[in-house]
Amino acid sequence: MEIIGIIDYGSGNIHSATKAFENVAKDLKKEIKILRIHNAADIKLCDRVVLPGVGAFKDCKAGLVNIDGLVPTLEKKILDEGAPFLGICVGMQLLADIGFEGETTPGFGWIPGVVDKIPTTAGLKIPHMGWNTIKFNRAHSIFNGLENKGETIVYFVHSYYFQVKKMEDLLGICDYGSEITAVIGKDNIIGCQFHPEKSQKIGLKFIKNFINWSP
Amino acid sequence: MLKSRIIPCLDVNNGRVVKGTNFVNLRDAGDPVEVAKIYDEQGADEVCFLDITASHENRDTIYDIVRQTAEVCFMPLTVGGGVSKIEHIRTLLLSGADKVSINSAAVKDNNFVRYAADKYGSQCIVVAVDAKKNDAQNKWEVYTHGGRINTEIDVLHYVERIVSLGAGELLITSMDKDGTRSGFDNILVKKITDIVNVPVIASGGVGNLQHLVDGIKLGHADAVLAASIFHFGEYTINEAKQYMKERGINVR
Repeated sequence: MEIIGIIDYGSGNIHSATKAFENVAKDLKKEIKILRIHNAADIKLCDRVVLPGVGAFKDCKAGLVNIDGLVPTLEKKILDEGAPFLGICVGMQLLADIGFEGETTPGFGWIPGVVDKIPTTAGLKIPHMGWNTIKFNRAHSIFNGLENKGETIVYFVHSYYFQVKKMEDLLGICDYGSEITAVIGKDNIIGCQFHPEKSQKIGLKFIKNFINWSP
Repeated sequence: MLKSRIIPCLDVNNGRVVKGTNFVNLRDAGDPVEVAKIYDEQGADEVCFLDITASHENRDTIYDIVRQTAEVCFMPLTVGGGVSKIEHIRTLLLSGADKVSINSAAVKDNNFVRYAADKYGSQCIVVAVDAKKNDAQNKWEVYTHGGRINTEIDVLHYVERIVSLGAGELLITSMDKDGTRSGFDNILVKKITDIVNVPVIASGGVGNLQHLVDGIKLGHADAVLAASIFHFGEYTINEAKQYMKERGINVR
């Protein structure tokens, strides 16, 4: 049996994320257990880890740091042992070196880049809220079965975005006045700005791809 | 580019859809979870629950409904009605709501919105405004408590202030239009979309699909909300999207 841990640190979308993963897992051939993670010890049990996140960068970071030993255990699991990791929304933004939302706050630094305010160009509203098309920068297993001609439309809600330092880490973008980072990836790490747990069939497909992914 | 959203809205009282719905093949047309599932399947961009339960003892019912909905619908969910404490917001979000809509409590204490946005982020704080035109003074006024109390506050001043305090979206219901099936108050919606930089949902008055188009084209709304035209099976969400698409609106 494979265990997928979803880190529960008081983030708003934990219930929806857990239910979406359970929904996908029940139809797969391999036996999967979705486990809500509340402490460092639970991380050690996991084969894959998901970090959801809603709210402000610094609050999410503080929520994780406040759980004794969680961040170092997670780093060991992902960076040393190579367990597949998915960060969602702020859970993805936390992978950056630094976040500029409110107070400047250091992130995990797993994927080089910064998290800054979405540039406000002519008439575009902040937050970037609603359904937008994503385009893939390059092929990746996470996009299996999804098409790249404008029909891959997913749900976003955010005011800050991840500016990657290395183009090779940028897997997918969306157009919101300027190019906004939608999906990033490096080795065994994936991050998505949109909410797969809220993106209906396409979101569930993305989750399925993550569960089936062998980096 | 970002798509215009269609949001069916359900009024929920003690855990039941008010006045019911008219879907065939639905085991229980008054069950908000079942109705939300139908809208999910039809491709609604979001679903809105408005809890109009009067007694405080029965407030917990809405949390259960949100929890059950989030177990079967993987789409954005906005919940409002009687939200007056941070604890309400917290419980709704943890139950699976993506956005929480605040109405009277935001008028009573504007700083409640600031506090809520600081704590949970602007992206999940919707401020709902019930607006009614005062023809004599040529302005729109903010009403509270389900439209029973006229605060005499100028709607345009209010929305500017509440957005500056952290509201991440506005849900504008015209009380003049609500229930008339004669279309949104697009003049009001346009005046609001002109002065704020957050998404605006137009509500109140939809009687046909052209009204949805007008809300986007004339009101410049980011999303359009309707109840009865969808509940009673006059139109499906798909039909609404098709109609809007044919008239040049960018829908999903």
